[in-house]
Amino acid sequence: MITVLAMTFVAATVAPLIFRKLGRNAFFVLAAVPAAAFVWLLLQHEAIYSNGGMHAVTETLPWIPDLKLEFAFRMDALAWVMSLLILGVGSLVLVYCARYFKNKDPDLGGFGAQLLAFAGTMFGLVAADDLLMMFIFWELTTVLSYLLIGYARTRLSARRSALQALMVTTAGGLAMLVGLVILGQAAGTYRISAILEQAGGQAGLLTTGPAQGAVAAAVVLILVGAVTKSALVPFHFWLPGAMAAPTPVSAYLHAAAMVKAGIYIVARLAPGFSTSEFWLPLVLGLGLATMLVGGYRALRQTDIKLILAYGTVSQLGFLTMVVGLGRPDAALAGLALLLAHGLFKAALFLVVGIIDHQSGTRDIRKLSGVYRSSRALGIVAGIAAASMAGLPPLAGFVAKESVFTAFVEFGTGEDAHPWGPAVLVGLVLGSILTFAYSARFMWGAFASKAGVERTPFKAIKPAFLAAPAVLSVLTIVYGLWPAPVDGWIQPYAALFTPDAGASDAGAGHLALWHGFTPALGLTAIVLAAGAAMFYGRNVVSRAQSLVPDWVDADRAYQRTVGALDDIAVWVTGRTQRGSLYFYLTVILTVAFAVPLTALIVAKKPLPGGLYFIDPNSPLQLIAAVGIVVGALAAVRANKRFLAVLMVSVTGYGISLMFALQGAPDLALTQMLVETIVLVAFVLAMRSLPAELRDRTGGRLRVVRVMIGAAFGITMIFVAIYAMGARVATPVSLDFPKLAYEGGGGLNVVNVTLVDIRAWDTFGEISVLAVAATGVASLIFVRGRGDRLRPAATVPAGSVGRRTGVERDSRDGAALALAKKFADVGRDAWLLGGRTLAPERRSIIFEVVTRLIFHSMIIFSVYLLLAGHNLPGGGFAGGLTAGLALTIRYLAGGRFELSEAATVSAGTLLGTGLATAAASGFVPLLLGGQVFQSAIIEVWLPVFGDIKFVTSTIFDIGVYIVVVGLALDVLRSLGAEIDEHFEEKAIPAGEAVHAEPVPAGNIAAPGRGTP
Amino acid sequence: MSVNLTLLIVMGVLYACGIYLILERSLTRVLLGLMLLANATNLLILSTGGYAGLAPFFNKDTDPGAYNDPLPQALILTSIVISFAVTAFMLGIIYRTWVLARQDEIQDDMEDRRVAKTPSFDAEDDAVVPLETSEFALTPAGPEATTDSPATDPTERGTA
Repeated sequence: MITVLAMTFVAATVAPLIFRKLGRNAFFVLAAVPAAAFVWLLLQHEAIYSNGGMHAVTETLPWIPDLKLEFAFRMDALAWVMSLLILGVGSLVLVYCARYFKNKDPDLGGFGAQLLAFAGTMFGLVAADDLLMMFIFWELTTVLSYLLIGYARTRLSARRSALQALMVTTAGGLAMLVGLVILGQAAGTYRISAILEQAGGQAGLLTTGPAQGAVAAAVVLILVGAVTKSALVPFHFWLPGAMAAPTPVSAYLHAAAMVKAGIYIVARLAPGFSTSEFWLPLVLGLGLATMLVGGYRALRQTDIKLILAYGTVSQLGFLTMVVGLGRPDAALAGLALLLAHGLFKAALFLVVGIIDHQSGTRDIRKLSGVYRSSRALGIVAGIAAASMAGLPPLAGFVAKESVFTAFVEFGTGEDAHPWGPAVLVGLVLGSILTFAYSARFMWGAFASKAGVERTPFKAIKPAFLAAPAVLSVLTIVYGLWPAPVDGWIQPYAALFTPDAGASDAGAGHLALWHGFTPALGLTAIVLAAGAAMFYGRNVVSRAQSLVPDWVDADRAYQRTVGALDDIAVWVTGRTQRGSLYFYLTVILTVAFAVPLTALIVAKKPLPGGLYFIDPNSPLQLIAAVGIVVGALAAVRANKRFLAVLMVSVTGYGISLMFALQGAPDLALTQMLVETIVLVAFVLAMRSLPAELRDRTGGRLRVVRVMIGAAFGITMIFVAIYAMGARVATPVSLDFPKLAYEGGGGLNVVNVTLVDIRAWDTFGEISVLAVAATGVASLIFVRGRGDRLRPAATVPAGSVGRRTGVERDSRDGAALALAKKFADVGRDAWLLGGRTLAPERRSIIFEVVTRLIFHSMIIFSVYLLLAGHNLPGGGFAGGLTAGLALTIRYLAGGRFELSEAATVSAGTLLGTGLATAAASGFVPLLLGGQVFQSAIIEVWLPVFGDIKFVTSTIFDIGVYIVVVGLALDVLRSLGAEIDEHFEEKAIPAGEAVHAEPVPAGNIAAPGRGTP
Repeated sequence: MSVNLTLLIVMGVLYACGIYLILERSLTRVLLGLMLLANATNLLILSTGGYAGLAPFFNKDTDPGAYNDPLPQALILTSIVISFAVTAFMLGIIYRTWVLARQDEIQDDMEDRRVAKTPSFDAEDDAVVPLETSEFALTPAGPEATTDSPATDPTERGTA
């Protein structure tokens, strides 16, 4: 079985290639696959039926042993009969497709693959012996049927019907999954055969144990899945909708395969669970309702395909009742009917496809004289329709006879069920309707109608007619010689324990002639009444048109989906307001209200150990006052840079606080960061207006104040209680010793960063690299920006010229003076200083920069290397180097920066990360742990004893990343924004600037700068 | 356990000011608010270290409890540098917003507003579909399309 499945799916996978080669004839190749499987199936007959049919062929292959999930397959009589239908009809439908489609139809390869895969999936579904395995196939059929129904992607009706079918069957599938899981858990196994053995009887799942109720619920849920799949009331509407599919798909999915999956589930579970509490009411109630509704509506259709569709709905209700009855005779009749239905319904759909294909319509008001055009087609269809109506000597008659026999027994026998008579009457009514719509179908499709022009009809190729003809021949053979079918089904019927005291303990047999039985009488009634209904069809349809549509399930579905849409829009509109203020207000209110409520409800006393002034560091109070003042001023400030400055005040204040608390590393880092951030702010916000207006005023402002204050107070109390609740000794008490002995460093914080908690730091520098790249991409938009050309090629005084200065104004005079000094021939202090416009230059700044830059770089390296034992480390060192670059940029402009940092920021970030990563995995290569450090002590001449800890390499990586980040910030927020400015200023500058700067000492001819 | 109220009150003020600022429309103020929140959080972590103590430089004669707790310090150091990166990123965003839209304010998302007002009608789901009675008559390229085929709905396209 696994081989068959694998073969089918492999063939489906390569199908598109075959189609590319062979066009529509590839369908013949595909048809060979289920045909081969069909032959294999026939060969299995011996193995399954040899031992009185109680034997089963099983195959298992472990899949996920931990979840006890395995490819478990089991071929017993039920699966075998179902497979016959699935593979046989599947093969015939594929053959039919080869003439139904045209070579130029779009996406035939995909379609063929899906149809073949569908056949394989259905086979897997009936052969699976594991609940979850079965469910997987079940859902696969849903997905494939969605694709197949929606084959005509450009048609709205196809798309919508496909979606509707998907939603209905998936909803049922979800219910079923829940049911399957409950059942599997209650039984302790997901093996279907094992579960069925446990079910029923005195000690069965249904009658004993706490799981009794759960199992009953599970059965109901599984039946919901079956009901949606088999299109029973109230979910029957998707099946007529699915007629938007190409007709071969309708023939296969809606006659032989997919809708039979629900029937299969019912048949599979019936031997164990038909005595479950809700089983019979559901199966008989919904089945009967569906049979009547489907038959009634079939009589109202004018599209022959829809007549068949509603007929299928009706028949599915019929099948569900029979198969689900849970008695041996009904089981026999049910499977017999299932086979008969598969044969005639597939044939009829294929005939409809031929009529549509040859004449271009399926409307019975337009079709006329088709029988005269093609007698062969009419005969094939007539046989199938007669079988559907239950005429002897055809398969439908044989099956229906046994059905009637079973239900006569059910309704009037010695052990008759209370509902038996009512069900029997309903069944007869349904059968009358079936006869009537069968006749209507034949009349509508083939008759020559008065007043309707004869429909043009192209001749049918034999290959096209072959598939329905084969099916109709089988219908006759089955009818005349039902013994083999009887033999196939008997082992399944024997699974049902006959009711005690039943007059006829066995299942009976299928036969064309049983003698004059009540069933034969019922058939006679059906035929007579049905024929009467057909002849009085005008009366019937007039009567039908007087009856209003009671409930249109399709419209109910539309309304339900529409209501869901409305709710979705409403909820989205209420929650997704598009206002950040709204979101934050909600989030922050929850953030303080919940902990505050918890604190108030808990009513715990304040913990001890509270103090205002730290005895070790009373000066903290001064820093505290500074921070508070800075924060409040930042809130009040209405000038942009003032606000920024005030936030910096709090930052520097916190730096002081760190120092006073005993954290020199933090103080140092915070100080450096605060400085660079201040520069970055100024650079980025140059072009923004100086005013910083507070736009949210009035009541909103009161709300903001309240949320802010409440949040702050809540945090204070949360912190107090959280810290007061602490009882354990801090883990960090071990850190100093750990740092010295394990990490080989005296600076505990630094060793923590680069060794004890190196993973954290590695994550952090990754974030830095990402953020730096983000900054660069926000400013440069494309790429990271090319390296600037060397300062030597840039004309002197060309960068950052002021424009619009009147020459005879005071500024103009100052400008003229500055220019005089700007262009002197001696060595410059800075390489790029010359490029700046004279009015931008500050000689003092340039001199100072020249003096301190190298010292700062040396100092940064010192901080990096000394950081293991003294304050410093990669972060502080990198920031110092970044600050040095900042000074170069501020003093000499962007070309100076480019001269100072000859390596691009991206390279630095990458190198830094690579270095840090290498320090992580190299120890791994040497047989140690990730980020394990080693202490290497060597003696070098001059230096003496040197103690080198390998985690320093990690710190070097950190250093490089931080330098890269700083450089990216300067390149983006500084240099690139400079260029933006100048690009904008050029047109105006050319017009107004009266006196060009002498381009005296250009070393190489650069691009002409205006 | 010792709890330094001075630190906590400063923290509370920073949180309050930060929250007040991030509830503002101006992007610049939102960024400043975030920075204050970061500073407040650093103080919160710092206060978990207890009393001010010696700088954590190992000395084998010193009792481990005499140092200021090094673990919060390591966490804060990470936080400081990350805040720097985030601030730089936000500055990039502010600048780009300014370049593109000439404004420094957080606008309400009009798309969200529009969605809230949208009727749930969707042509794909709710439009009326004409009844089709053939797969072939409507295919313009199909040779089977006969002259007397049913009236073709102009809105309907064929499979081809």
